[in-house]
Amino acid sequence: MIWHKETTLPKVDLVVLPGGFSYGDYLRCGAIAAKSPIMKAVKNFYEIGGFIIGICNGFQILTETKILPGALIPNTNQKFICKDQDLIVANNKTFFTSNFEHNRTISIPIAHHDGQYFLNGPEIEELEQNEGIVLKYRDNPNGSIKDIAGVCSKNKRVIGMMPHPERAVDEKLGSVSGLRMFESVISNF
Amino acid sequence: MTINEKVFKFKVEVILKKGVLDPQGEAIKQSININNLGNILDVKQGKLFELTASSKNRKQAIKEVERICADLLTNSVIEEFKYYEVSE
Repeated sequence: MIWHKETTLPKVDLVVLPGGFSYGDYLRCGAIAAKSPIMKAVKNFYEIGGFIIGICNGFQILTETKILPGALIPNTNQKFICKDQDLIVANNKTFFTSNFEHNRTISIPIAHHDGQYFLNGPEIEELEQNEGIVLKYRDNPNGSIKDIAGVCSKNKRVIGMMPHPERAVDEKLGSVSGLRMFESVISNF
Repeated sequence: MTINEKVFKFKVEVILKKGVLDPQGEAIKQSININNLGNILDVKQGKLFELTASSKNRKQAIKEVERICADLLTNSVIEEFKYYEVSE
């Protein structure tokens, strides 16, 4: 665990920005955390080709730092949505989704108020062309453009997603799809 | 604040760009119309910030305010801003 006030990362294989409500979601979700001292080191890690996963608020922080494209805005129904959500694996050629078949439907919980992914016209086309859409919602719950639930960077080494794979790691929790994601990471190192 | 610095006050308005869905504005519009408060076609909800700057001159203060707006107060993917100096 690296505290946000740190300015350097130790030698790591992967950086994970977890969910949460950093700074109470003040200003915009992830906006103030994106200016935390550690984020300069995370940005450097990205620039040298490091692997990064951002989950929920972590995804919001990665868009606010411009490591990932787009922005997360309030759900269209103005409600906090907390439920198991069906997702489609739109790109299985990433280090986080390689254990799934292309277009496979998986179930992973979502828990967010600001999960509507937005990106304007030309940039969304660019994202599609670069195979940057990693996960899509089945029955879009929050109004995300193109049903997007997760995206990756151009170099495919940074992934951001609103659903919580860490909450789907045991049959007792209802799904092991999240576990498959973390197993994908291990099998790619 | 040093002896050579003066206080400058600004207001910054942040609003969503065209094409970005504004569910809060939509909910407010529905409430206006349901309560017969007026015939409102569209509502956009934004943010208002008041910044009090301490700078050696107005030019420097404006430069700082612009940087704050672009770097932190807005996300250029979804929002745009305008600012103006106020006396109080």
